[in-house]
Amino acid sequence: MTKVFGGGTDVVRALDGVSLGIQENEFFTLLGPSGCGKTTLLRLIAGFEQPSGGEILLDGASLTHLPPFRRPVNTVFQSYALFPHMTVIDNIAFGLEMRGLSKTETADHVAEMLDLVKLSDLGKRKPGQLSGGQQQRVALARALANHPRVLLLDEPLSALDLKLRKEMQIELKRIHRDTGITFIFVTHDQGEALTMSDRIAVMNAGHVLQVGSPTEIYEHPTSHFVADFIGETNFLEGEVVARDGASAKVRLSSGVERQASAPKDAAAAGRVSLAIRPERVTLSQSRQTGALNGRVETMVYFGTDTNYHLRLEDGRAFMVRLQNHEGAQAPFATGDEVAVEIADHALQVLRD
Amino acid sequence: MADTAHRTPRALDLKYQPGFTSVAMLCFFVLYAPIAVLVFFSFNANRSVTRWTEFSLDWYVRALANEGIQNAAVTSLEVAVFATVFATSIATAAALATTRVARYRGMTAAYTVINMPLMVPEIVTAVATLSFFALLRTTLGINFGLGNVMIAHTVFCIPFAYLPIRARLENMDLTLEQAAADLYATPWRTFRRVTLPLLVPGVIAGAMLAFIISLDDVIITMMVAGPGQTTLPIYILGQIRRGVTPEVNAVSTILLAVSILFVTLFFLLGRRRT
Amino acid sequence: MTAEAIKTPEGPPSSITERTVAGRQARTRGLLLAPAMLVIGVFGILPLFIALTYSFLEGGTYGGVEWVFSTEAYVQLLFERDIFEETLTFNTAYLEIFWRSFLLAAFSTLACLLIGFPAAYFMATRPAKSRDFWVFLITIPFWTNLLIRTFSIQLILRDEGVINIVLTELGLLAQPLQLIYTDFAVGLGLIYSFLPFMVLPIYAALERLDFRLVEAGFDLYATRAQVLRRIVVPLAKPGIVAGSILVFIPGLGAWITPELLGGGKELMIGNMIALQFGSSRNWPFGSAAALVLMAMVLVALVIYVRNVGKSGADHG
Repeated sequence: MTKVFGGGTDVVRALDGVSLGIQENEFFTLLGPSGCGKTTLLRLIAGFEQPSGGEILLDGASLTHLPPFRRPVNTVFQSYALFPHMTVIDNIAFGLEMRGLSKTETADHVAEMLDLVKLSDLGKRKPGQLSGGQQQRVALARALANHPRVLLLDEPLSALDLKLRKEMQIELKRIHRDTGITFIFVTHDQGEALTMSDRIAVMNAGHVLQVGSPTEIYEHPTSHFVADFIGETNFLEGEVVARDGASAKVRLSSGVERQASAPKDAAAAGRVSLAIRPERVTLSQSRQTGALNGRVETMVYFGTDTNYHLRLEDGRAFMVRLQNHEGAQAPFATGDEVAVEIADHALQVLRD
Repeated sequence: MADTAHRTPRALDLKYQPGFTSVAMLCFFVLYAPIAVLVFFSFNANRSVTRWTEFSLDWYVRALANEGIQNAAVTSLEVAVFATVFATSIATAAALATTRVARYRGMTAAYTVINMPLMVPEIVTAVATLSFFALLRTTLGINFGLGNVMIAHTVFCIPFAYLPIRARLENMDLTLEQAAADLYATPWRTFRRVTLPLLVPGVIAGAMLAFIISLDDVIITMMVAGPGQTTLPIYILGQIRRGVTPEVNAVSTILLAVSILFVTLFFLLGRRRT
Repeated sequence: MTAEAIKTPEGPPSSITERTVAGRQARTRGLLLAPAMLVIGVFGILPLFIALTYSFLEGGTYGGVEWVFSTEAYVQLLFERDIFEETLTFNTAYLEIFWRSFLLAAFSTLACLLIGFPAAYFMATRPAKSRDFWVFLITIPFWTNLLIRTFSIQLILRDEGVINIVLTELGLLAQPLQLIYTDFAVGLGLIYSFLPFMVLPIYAALERLDFRLVEAGFDLYATRAQVLRRIVVPLAKPGIVAGSILVFIPGLGAWITPELLGGGKELMIGNMIALQFGSSRNWPFGSAAALVLMAMVLVALVIYVRNVGKSGADHG
């Protein structure tokens, strides 16, 4: 699927050869920084934009050239887009009415939806009289009332404050479970993506970089961008000395050799980039020959954890996160010489 | 102003600029004092418009009974209603075509044409329109009568009606219409059920501006109108030239009141919007 | 997933692509724009071209035109033709009218700025609640009848007007001051007429002004006058330019003001043009003068567009 905006010299390739397969009943997330094309993709599925090339299939049938009002998909907008001149009930009933359902059917569906989002006593209000969280629920109910085949959610939680956002995340998961509708969820919040999704597609600059379960994405990022965008990561240089399927033996610059996970399409030999999460290593006192040696430059206390910012011998910055234990004093102090210990399979070989 | 005790002393008020408040007060005084004098003497029992004797509504009674004024008022209303209805409809359509869309070729041209009547000095419009209708009459034998005035008014009312409608459209959330389309509404039903209801305050505001602009016009009407097609401002102008009596003040006050009423409604409508 | 029938509105599913959507939008747009383009084009722009044509024709004896090409109208702007000797002598009478109109418009624009800026600043620095009230007070004269407002000035300036009566009764004057039918009266009338046109755009600019910038100015040791000159005025420039244009252009082509307050003695371009279509019955000359006025306005507009473009780039 490709979407090109503009013409002549100022062409923007919002989406460039994106291809995704989404399963029925799945909670599928499009994750990426702003401008990565995730919203464009969602708008293509909804029918608000037409693709410059490619197709959108639902059960093998093409949606590509259907206008939005003939597509069995519904959208929860980032701004909610509730009709300000209609009551909550009228908003929820809008789609049903447009599809020509009878008055009684519509009323039943609306009541059911109000119940689902727990707003039964606010049906007569106008959107302007609701809080942000309530508006969010109305937007959800309005889309779900039509029992769409796919529900598209465009950063629906971004306007809510942190506490409400956490509540709505759980609420959305419950509604997803109860309705069994396929959700396609767009967000730039990696935490939100990790907690809610069945599968995540990480996007950048109009490309899908990796598709996988939250664990796969977090534990085994295949590219520099994914490793960097999700969570915190240290990057190292290494050399592949042996390769066996999804695993590779790599030699670090210090000479240490370790088993690492490797994506199938990564280099089978030669120099590679490696990623390692700060919580996947341990520290020990004093330097050791052949280890990654460094000095503690800064310590940042986080309550549950403490981050140690190290300066390695080769001048690189490296971060280690250690869990804090009750009553225990911090095991290291600023200025300490330390060695970083890396276990097998903690390293991840990157494609780029 | 009850909180004088808590007010920042002038020397520490960062926004204070010496003398500005006095000039502002002078500005408001200058704007309102002459109107106040005009209104005041419309209630004068004497024939003088500058020497007060005693309060009286005589001049209003006379003005309202004056057939010339009655006819002029009817003509003014006919013209203003015609111009308002057409200018507002035309401006609404134009606003829908020129807002909330990606720039397209010809949009700047369209925008310039719509605002053209604002850029040309009234006197130029007046004589050009006069020449145009004279040409129609002499070469093609076409004369719309009062229709000439109505058409001329429609033209200069379009940009005034256009402004608030466009502003309203620009502030309208585009995603509302997408939401309607997403909820199975065809483009026409989206327009009927979502766009139009949300646009109504802008259309009303535009219509009110068009109405007062038409009601107040002097120069273009004076040039284009044929004999007997006297609007209220033209009638007032004639009276002023002939020598004034408080009757002119009374008619002027009534016309002022109508304008102020519409401005007030327009203002309140705009406030409710934000 | 199995393909089940989806309930959609009646009618066959219409197919759309990038191109058909663009085409359909262009068609709708065209239909929506057509009435405005047609009405303004035929009844607003075409007449200007007719006026242009008329300016190159000979005048008819009883008004109107004779369809004979002539540049006489433009010659007449600068020269006087002696009918008997067929000679042209340079005549500044009409140039003087243009010059006086320009001066009066420029002077009243400046005066409006000097009064209007402090007034707009005063309004913009009121608390949000009372600000609406002041805006309302300025909006009323903005939209009310210019004829009536000018008439009210006439009532004040007349020989037996409020000023003269008050001054006479106080014994300060033996005989009435000649206030009306002077350049002073016309200038005052122009200021009075167009003052709201200056205040509103400046207010709009100042209202958007972030007063934390003023605080920053004071923090960096600027005095009140320096803050005003270096921070407030530059940021209000788009409003000042727009206001000046809104005062200058109608001032240049004013008709009501010189008619009622200049008494037909102190002519401005507007009256001169109107006169040609009235008692002077010289339509070609009136058309030519109108086009010269139009050209002056265009020059002012071009300067405006350039200025706004520049200041727009300055402030991002």
